[in-house]
Amino acid sequence: MAGSTKTNITPPRWLLAELTYACPLQCPYCSNPIDYANYQSELDTEDWKRILSQARKMGAVQLGFSGGEPLTRKDLTELVKHARELGYYSNLITSGYGLTEEKIIQLKEAGLDHIQVSIQASTQELNDHIAGTASFEHKKQVAHLVKKHGYPMVLCVVIHRENIHQMPEILAMAEELGADYLELANTQYYGWAHANRDLLLPTSEQFKQAEVIAQAYKEKVAGKMKIYYVVPDFYEDRPKACMNGWGTTFLTIAPDGVALPCHSARELPGLDCPNVKDYSIEEIWHESKAFNFFRGLEWMKEPCRSCDEKEKDFGGCRCQAYLLTGDMYNADPVCSKSPDHAVIQQAIDSAKASAALSAVEKPLIFRNSKNSRLMAKP
Amino acid sequence: MIINPNQHIKFSSTHRLQWEEAQQKHVILYPEGMVELNQSSAEILKLCDGTRTLAEIISELEQKFATPGLTNDITAFLEVALQNGWINQN
Repeated sequence: MAGSTKTNITPPRWLLAELTYACPLQCPYCSNPIDYANYQSELDTEDWKRILSQARKMGAVQLGFSGGEPLTRKDLTELVKHARELGYYSNLITSGYGLTEEKIIQLKEAGLDHIQVSIQASTQELNDHIAGTASFEHKKQVAHLVKKHGYPMVLCVVIHRENIHQMPEILAMAEELGADYLELANTQYYGWAHANRDLLLPTSEQFKQAEVIAQAYKEKVAGKMKIYYVVPDFYEDRPKACMNGWGTTFLTIAPDGVALPCHSARELPGLDCPNVKDYSIEEIWHESKAFNFFRGLEWMKEPCRSCDEKEKDFGGCRCQAYLLTGDMYNADPVCSKSPDHAVIQQAIDSAKASAALSAVEKPLIFRNSKNSRLMAKP
Repeated sequence: MIINPNQHIKFSSTHRLQWEEAQQKHVILYPEGMVELNQSSAEILKLCDGTRTLAEIISELEQKFATPGLTNDITAFLEVALQNGWINQN
C-alpha cells in the first residue's frame, strides 16, 4: 500500500449511489466500466438503506442516484424516501428515458430534491444516434415536467466532437426548456470514452470556439440560468484536482456493492476495493486499503513530490495517469511538468487523423452488454 | 442586485437551508452543491421566510443580538444571497 497517515481523515460529503448498470441508452462515452456486463449482481433495497444510513451518520449530505439508469430500479422511490428522512439532498441523475409525470410526482412526494436530465444533442437525429435509442422528444418533455413540478432543473449535455458544433443551439435549447442549470460536460476520457477517444476528442480550435460561445452566453443568461462548464483537461496545462483529493470527499458505491474512491477506480490494479456486504462504510472509509491508497501526498513520485502545486491538484487524476502512462503513481500526464506529457499531444493528433476516416473504417463503439462482453475478453 | 425594501424576502424553494450535525453548521444545499454558512449568515437566512422585509430582518437581528448598526452587513449579505439565487422577493 502507498504510504498514508490516518490522521485528519475528513468524512465523506458526497455519496454517489450507482444503483444499477442497466441502461436503455448506449452512449459511447459512458463512464461505467468497459466490462460492466461482468457485474450482474445488484445490491438489494436493505443493503442500500443501510449504506445511506451509515454514510449519512458520518456526514455525507449530497446524494446522487445514478447508474446506468436509476429509474430501472423498482425500489427507487423507497430509497428516495429513506434518503429524505435521513436529511440527504437527493439528486436523480437520469437519461429521462421512461420517466412519466406520475413518477415525477411520486418522487417529489417521496422527497427527491432535484432531477438532472441528460440530453445528447440539440437535434433529434444526433441525440438519438449518440444515445443509441430514440429518446429526444421524450427527454424534452421530461425536462418540461421536471420544471412544472417545482424541481430545480438541470440539463446535462456531454460535449464531444460529434456535437460540439451545436453549442449555440444547445445553449438556446436549454434556455427554451427553462433549465435552472446547464452542465456542459466536456467528455472525460475514461471507460467507454477512452475506448472511443479518437472519435470523440475535438480539436483545440473546436474547443476554443465552443468555450467562447458558452462563456458569452453565461453573461447573457446571468441570474436566470447557471452554466457549469466542465473543462476539457486535455487542453489544459495543469490537471484537475480529481475528486477534491482521494478519500477526502467522494464515495461511490457500484451496483454490486463495491466501494470506490472515484467512479473510475475499478480500472486501477491492486486496490482491492472493499464491498459494503463485508464492511461498514465507516470501516471502508477509514481502514480500507483502497481508500487510503492515494490519501495525502506521501505516495507521490517526482515531479509531483517536490511540486509547489501538489496541494492544489494532488497530482491530478490517478485513473488518467494509469490509462495514459501505465503507472498510476505517475503525475497526471495532462500536466505540462509530466515527463509523459507528450502522450496528450499524441492522443490529440491521433483523434485528428481519425476524423478523416469513415464510420465504416472506424465505427463508434456503443455502450451495450454485447460490446462490453466482447471488449472485456483479455 | 439590489434588495427591494418594500417586498418580503423569501428563501428559495429550489434550495434547502439545513443544520448539519456532522459539520456543526448550517448549509445551503442545491443541485450537486453545498455552501457552508457561518452563524450570522444562517441567522439572517432563517428570517427569510416570506413574512419580513429587509428593515424588519435588520431590526429583529439587532434586537436579538443586542447589537446596533447591522444594516450594512446584513444588506450586503442579502444582496449576495439574491445574486446567488438563495433568496427571492416575489
